[in-house]
Amino acid sequence: MIGHKHTDFTHPSHSSRLHHIWTGVIGDKLAIMVCAAFIFYCVVGMLAPLIAPYDVNSPDFVDLLNAEIAPYWISADERFLLGTDSQGRDLLSIILYGTRLSLTIGILAVAIQALIGICLGLISGYVGGRLDNFLMRFADVQLSFSTIMTAIVFLALFQTAFGINVYEDLAMFMLILVIGLAEWPLFARTVRASVLAEKQKEYVDAARIMGISKTRIMFRHILPNTLTPVLVIFTIQIANAIIAEAALSFLGLGMPSTDPSLGALISSGFRYLFSGAWWICVIPSVALIGLILVMNLLGDWLRDYLNPRTYKH
Amino acid sequence: MTQIPLVQISHLEKTFTKDKGIFSPFRFNKGKFQRQQESVYALNGVNLTILKGETLCVVGETGCGKSTLARTLMGLTPPTSGEIHYLNDRIDHLDDNQRLLYRRRMQMVFQNPYASLNPRMTVYQTLREAISFHNPQMKRRNIDEKIEGLLNSVGLYADAMDRYPHEFSGGQRQRISLARALSVEPEFIVADEPLAALDVSVQAQVLNLMMDKQEEQDLTYLFITHDLAVVEHFATRVAVMYLGKVCELASRETLFSAPKHPYTKALLSAIPRLDTNAPELIRLSGEVPTPMEKPIGCVFQARCPDATPRCFSEPPIMKKQKDGSSIACHVHEEDQTS
Repeated sequence: MIGHKHTDFTHPSHSSRLHHIWTGVIGDKLAIMVCAAFIFYCVVGMLAPLIAPYDVNSPDFVDLLNAEIAPYWISADERFLLGTDSQGRDLLSIILYGTRLSLTIGILAVAIQALIGICLGLISGYVGGRLDNFLMRFADVQLSFSTIMTAIVFLALFQTAFGINVYEDLAMFMLILVIGLAEWPLFARTVRASVLAEKQKEYVDAARIMGISKTRIMFRHILPNTLTPVLVIFTIQIANAIIAEAALSFLGLGMPSTDPSLGALISSGFRYLFSGAWWICVIPSVALIGLILVMNLLGDWLRDYLNPRTYKH
Repeated sequence: MTQIPLVQISHLEKTFTKDKGIFSPFRFNKGKFQRQQESVYALNGVNLTILKGETLCVVGETGCGKSTLARTLMGLTPPTSGEIHYLNDRIDHLDDNQRLLYRRRMQMVFQNPYASLNPRMTVYQTLREAISFHNPQMKRRNIDEKIEGLLNSVGLYADAMDRYPHEFSGGQRQRISLARALSVEPEFIVADEPLAALDVSVQAQVLNLMMDKQEEQDLTYLFITHDLAVVEHFATRVAVMYLGKVCELASRETLFSAPKHPYTKALLSAIPRLDTNAPELIRLSGEVPTPMEKPIGCVFQARCPDATPRCFSEPPIMKKQKDGSSIACHVHEEDQTS
């Protein structure tokens, strides 16, 4: 009488579930577009040295004779598809390199945030007590300083202490480090909140009764159940990190103008905006806005995609 | 049949302190700072012996400490005082490493089958973790065979392995929980209201499965429930709890034919019956008091229809009766002597 075996219907096997996800992705037009756009940005960023029409490192790249040439459809100058900037650099090439820089800084900075935030959030939520109080108050204090303000103070101090030349060499690492360290509380708080909810659940008790160690329970049992909000934050934080980097570069504390990120390009183009050379500012802005929009849409979509309940029959 | 006591619980107490802040225990009262802490007395000295091979059902209202008893027994929460012995070893004070020896001998099945399985792990992963953790030298192939055997034995097909818990119904999940508990070959299983979240028809299936397993593997159950029909079907002995104390402990037959404690009588009279010779419904007045203050005297004093002044001053202790049951009640005791 116990043999409650179901033969009347069959559950999907592992491969057909993957197929189900795949058809779900294909069915969602927005998902395809966002994925395609994200892959496009990544490919463009990675392959920038190959697809850029000019070598940005060659000494001929800067030629003041070509300064401020309008895009091809206005100037009909076939050499420069998107025109040139005030120093005569090909805008398309430096935008490609800028995208590469912005994405790298964004992803690495958020990787640092996530690593610190997830570990501290897990420990804080699972262990609780005084440690939890200490870590969360520390996070509160850090969140009360705005990221940009902390970064400005820190980067400005670094610039004056070590000189502008050292700074320009290390600008990328400094930006990653500063943005990475400034916003970990966001991850820590989200993870902690999820951990507090998850550790009440009986499967954690069941694991404890099995005798499984605390570390394994934290990372193997609780962490996967808290990752859905983390992944959403992850993508949105990449967008925020790129914005922060752009803002710092715009203020002159980010990437140097010889090795510009999208923010630095917008900053240098901003000065020519009202003198008629709008493309130096507007085209990198469009690239930046597109990138951030894609990251935000991707975050939304991932939230749905990674939830196991969405591929329920 | 000689009966070996498998688990002995003596004078077990558990107090939950309400406030844990640094400053909150200090209250400003009449010009003085006073230190006060509010506590919840979940268990007030529980004494129980669980015999090998039996099914001891613990019944009682919500909030009487049944689940706390189970959690304390399994080492999920440390007891405030008292001792728990497993065979001859004291286990209540052990830390996680020392307890590991007893982990595979004592397992637990939880109330909510929707929360007791990790939603991000397939059935295979859940079972494999348990088996390979306790049998680290076991080969992959043997583990796979064992998992397949386990799933078959709880009435699930082996193709259930690669699915996630949300793909199963409540009854199927509870079988998986049972399979997980059985995977380490325990001799003692604590079941904390395993049927409360299931449909009646599915309850019977799971209950029968548990009884079959008990016969096959000589298991001992501590079965927590508030469903007296289940108790009547399943129990060897029954412990009735009220407000953190055991007030009556009797074999199933004795409890249902001759309940002695006024609370047990009231509980039994509340079972809806179709036959006409039902005893008169005993209606208890008032609510279950919140266990915030340790009561002086009998815990049941406020709602007991037969309470005497002695019940308000002196706590009754468990006394063995002629028919083998034991109860804690002054009134019953006085009736016997007079």
